[in-house]
Amino acid sequence: MVDVITFLISGAIVLGGALGVIGFSNPVHAALSLIASFFGVAVVFVIQEAHFLALVQVVVYAGAIVVLFLFVIMLLGVDTAQDLRAEPLVGQRPLGLLFGALLLALTLGGLFLSGPGGDQGAVALSGQESVVRPIDDRSQIEQLGEDLFSRNILAFQATALLLTIATVGAVVLVNNKGGEELVIDEPGLSVE
Amino acid sequence: MRSLAFQAAQAQVVGDPYLSDGVDFGDIVLAIVKAIIAFVICLVATMLMVWFERKVVSRLQNRIGPNVSGPFGLLQTLFDGIKLFFKEDNIPAEADRFVFKLAPYLALLPAFLTFTIIPIGGDFNDGKNGSVTIFGRETFLQVADVPVGVLFFLAMSSLGIYGVMLAGWASGSKYPLLGSVRASAQAISYEAALGLALAAVILVTGGLSMNQIVQTQAGAGFGGIIPNFNIIVTGFIPFAVFIIAGTAELNRPPFDLVEAEQELVGGFHTEYSGIRFALFFLAEFMNTVTVGAIIVTLFLGGPAGPAFLGETLGWFTGFIWFFSKLLVFLFIFVWFRATLPRFRYDQLMDLGWKLLIPLSLAWLLVLAGIRVARNDGLNILDSAQADTILVIVASFAILLVGMGLLRAAINNARRERLLAAGLDPREVA
Repeated sequence: MVDVITFLISGAIVLGGALGVIGFSNPVHAALSLIASFFGVAVVFVIQEAHFLALVQVVVYAGAIVVLFLFVIMLLGVDTAQDLRAEPLVGQRPLGLLFGALLLALTLGGLFLSGPGGDQGAVALSGQESVVRPIDDRSQIEQLGEDLFSRNILAFQATALLLTIATVGAVVLVNNKGGEELVIDEPGLSVE
Repeated sequence: MRSLAFQAAQAQVVGDPYLSDGVDFGDIVLAIVKAIIAFVICLVATMLMVWFERKVVSRLQNRIGPNVSGPFGLLQTLFDGIKLFFKEDNIPAEADRFVFKLAPYLALLPAFLTFTIIPIGGDFNDGKNGSVTIFGRETFLQVADVPVGVLFFLAMSSLGIYGVMLAGWASGSKYPLLGSVRASAQAISYEAALGLALAAVILVTGGLSMNQIVQTQAGAGFGGIIPNFNIIVTGFIPFAVFIIAGTAELNRPPFDLVEAEQELVGGFHTEYSGIRFALFFLAEFMNTVTVGAIIVTLFLGGPAGPAFLGETLGWFTGFIWFFSKLLVFLFIFVWFRATLPRFRYDQLMDLGWKLLIPLSLAWLLVLAGIRVARNDGLNILDSAQADTILVIVASFAILLVGMGLLRAAINNARRERLLAAGLDPREVA
């Protein structure tokens, strides 16, 4: 019962936040709605007993990534209201609606039809059973860590490599040799 | 079968005993009472902290400080609060009205929420878990023992930045915006060091719950006299990194570039007045108290300590230990403010990225290496102890080499930048 009420409230926050992201004309308000949406998702994770995932959701997405979004919005000074009637790409909205509907159909279909006889998915849908139930009686973080460093080690390493490449790439892009001369800003230096 | 295994897992994950056997009406009342008590403690502690800071800074600067309202000026903060309540509340014409009003609450909430995960009392001696029995219910002296406790602190500290950031932006004015951009850059830079220092504590604890962290620190460690506190077990470096990064996250001096008066008027809260300003003020001091409490819990055993008042009053000794340890750190924060000059922006970034992050990362690896040597038995030398010492010596050698390489890389990069700008590196000190 408590689960259902919590789910309904957090679900409303997730959807309301998501609508706000595309509906608000001011980018900062849109970013705020995004935080609300992430929060709702974190609460849904908590209902599913996935405490670690919930906290990581808040720390990484709500705490770090949206801060960077806001940082960029404020730094570039694009924080003025935009006209929402203008469509940057022709046909973008109907296509978006179409793909959204397809995705929903796919998820629901997958849930209903999964498992032998198609009844397991229905159980998951009713919320009677936790989707991310712990496999054994060790703590979730222990299980997650062991899984990450044994079974999924390759994917883990590949992600690390990808992030390193991205960082190095950013440095290379900033370091534009041969382009316009950068203004040097070295502390303790007076450049005339 | 399945549901049985699930319940067992839950019982282990959710620590607080009164929640382990289903939730009834009494449990809910207990939870609400605990939350209210925590809120009151938090508010009173914050009020006293403001008074304490003003008083100590005054003494350090050869002044007297507040001494008129109440004994020793204790009621000064209360009167200031009442004054701010009745002051005119301005909202600038250029402001984003909704976000402007929202921001103070976004600053205040995370500060209080962090306090709810801190165990403030209880007896942890002789393997006890610090629980007390209230109205026939066994419970911890903390509002919630979240299974991922320490991460909750990280999450709240990263959310706390929104209050400052949005306040600066919503004011629709230049100085507050500059203050808030500085704040977000500073928070992002120091969060990594904070997290890595935390990871060292998690590594030696083997769990994330705050109660578990205190439990592992209880009792005597080496030689039966030296306490088993994490400040010693993790080798002091994570503690030092944490206290520096924590001060930076708090935007307290010497890291108060966010509200540097000489450059930015008041920083992010320049445009705030009346009760909204009071909320920011409250949040700032509440954060100071909570971060102090977090440091005490993570590195100094929180409420753990000898029960000098006897077995029956063990839970009360927990309070005494916790608050006296906390007082030491609050004094240190004030001491920082009174003695250290503010960092320049580039110094701030250098300290965060080039010193604290590499140091805490390397230290974490050293700790992990030592643990592996102890637990798995490397069998290189003839005894396990010799093996551990070998690992420690080898790790420190590698650590030194790594630090040397990092230094060389930083110096070389600087040299090249200077050469590219047509300057002689030898002439520029």
